[in-house]
Amino acid sequence: MGEIIQEEKQKGGKKRPKHHSTRIDMTPMVDLMCLLITFFMLTTAFSKSKVMEIALPERDPKVKPPPVSKARTVNIILGPENKVFWYPGMVENPKSPPPLQETDFSDQGIRKMLLERNKFLFKKVAAFREKTIKENPTMSRDSLLANIKRFNKLDDSGPIVLIKAYKDSRYANVVDIIDEMAICNIIRYAIVDINYVEEDMVKAAMAASTKSTKPQ
Amino acid sequence: MPKIKLPTKSPHIDMTPMVDLFSVVLTFLMLTTTMRQPEPAPIDTPFSISDKTAPEANIMTVLLSKDSRVFFNIDNGKDTAYHFKGKILTEMGKRYDMTFTPEEVKQFEAYPSSFGLPIQKMHEFIKTKDAKVKEALQAKGIPIDSTDNQLALWILFARQVNKDIAACIKGDNDAPYPIVKKVLDILQDKNVNRFNLITNLEVTKVTTQSE
Repeated sequence: MGEIIQEEKQKGGKKRPKHHSTRIDMTPMVDLMCLLITFFMLTTAFSKSKVMEIALPERDPKVKPPPVSKARTVNIILGPENKVFWYPGMVENPKSPPPLQETDFSDQGIRKMLLERNKFLFKKVAAFREKTIKENPTMSRDSLLANIKRFNKLDDSGPIVLIKAYKDSRYANVVDIIDEMAICNIIRYAIVDINYVEEDMVKAAMAASTKSTKPQ
Repeated sequence: MPKIKLPTKSPHIDMTPMVDLFSVVLTFLMLTTTMRQPEPAPIDTPFSISDKTAPEANIMTVLLSKDSRVFFNIDNGKDTAYHFKGKILTEMGKRYDMTFTPEEVKQFEAYPSSFGLPIQKMHEFIKTKDAKVKEALQAKGIPIDSTDNQLALWILFARQVNKDIAACIKGDNDAPYPIVKKVLDILQDKNVNRFNLITNLEVTKVTTQSE
């Protein structure tokens, strides 16, 4: 509408060259660019997947596995339906296996048990940390962490965890339990095959737990 | 007394520098992003507290899907200047008395995603452009039985061709343990004892970690 009025004015008056603004409205362009930038930034940030490193023992028939102290051993069995069972020590007599304790992957479950058993190591690490900082206050954070890592490797008080997966467990359970090892600072753990005594123990425990929930 | 005129500012802001900056950032981001290739089977990776990023090159990934299929991928499907993928395929072909033409090798190198099919069907797989046919060919995954353990051979040749290759396992949450165990056994048989499990970062767990 504005333009029409202008044209009428020009007819009567002087003939002026039409004045065009050199400015272009860039707002839509900026809008679009903002959107695209946000999109690309988010996709680059989220597409990076993380990895968890694990090392399995070498398979050499000549090398015997290191002896495992019975008192320090904890067996964790990954059961079906995201259940976790554990028992300390080892099966002495297959006829009367030790009772399986049932827990889950929550904070109060397997983690509590592992932290309880690893308490001594946590105390030792804290003392070692204090001592190193006192002796060498200028030490960088990285080298302190490296020292703690080395200290952890020498440890002989924490639990030795044997992870065994029942045939009905899922891949997520395996990753969860290895993750739990990292959280609880368990230095020595291994993924080992489940034996038939333990399989029977899991079966019995599963049967018992379904029985206890059914009557309700 | 004349009125005091307030300096009226134009509501227009000069957006040119802003647009310039945006263009630069946008171009940069567009060039650096690598679009994630769709996997042949949907794989939801589990969560962990590990914050190490996955390596970009020199990796081979074994993928385990929910329905126990096994897939294999070399260097995230990217074609490297060293042509590792092509060399591995040629080696694999030699073992199974199959010859791949240079054209086929080239197409295999360009294939951006993981694959899961018996080597016997590889000619067909490379030739077809139809995504549905490709999917049908991958219905069974890579054979891992002890009679015809092709995954073991892929791993073996990948390590022969590229000495620095690292192994990764990308499994679905619901992949059953027996298949995981089988793949771990195959890796250990081929002397791969150190490998990476691909996970997603879970931040909530870190906060509960406090000592």
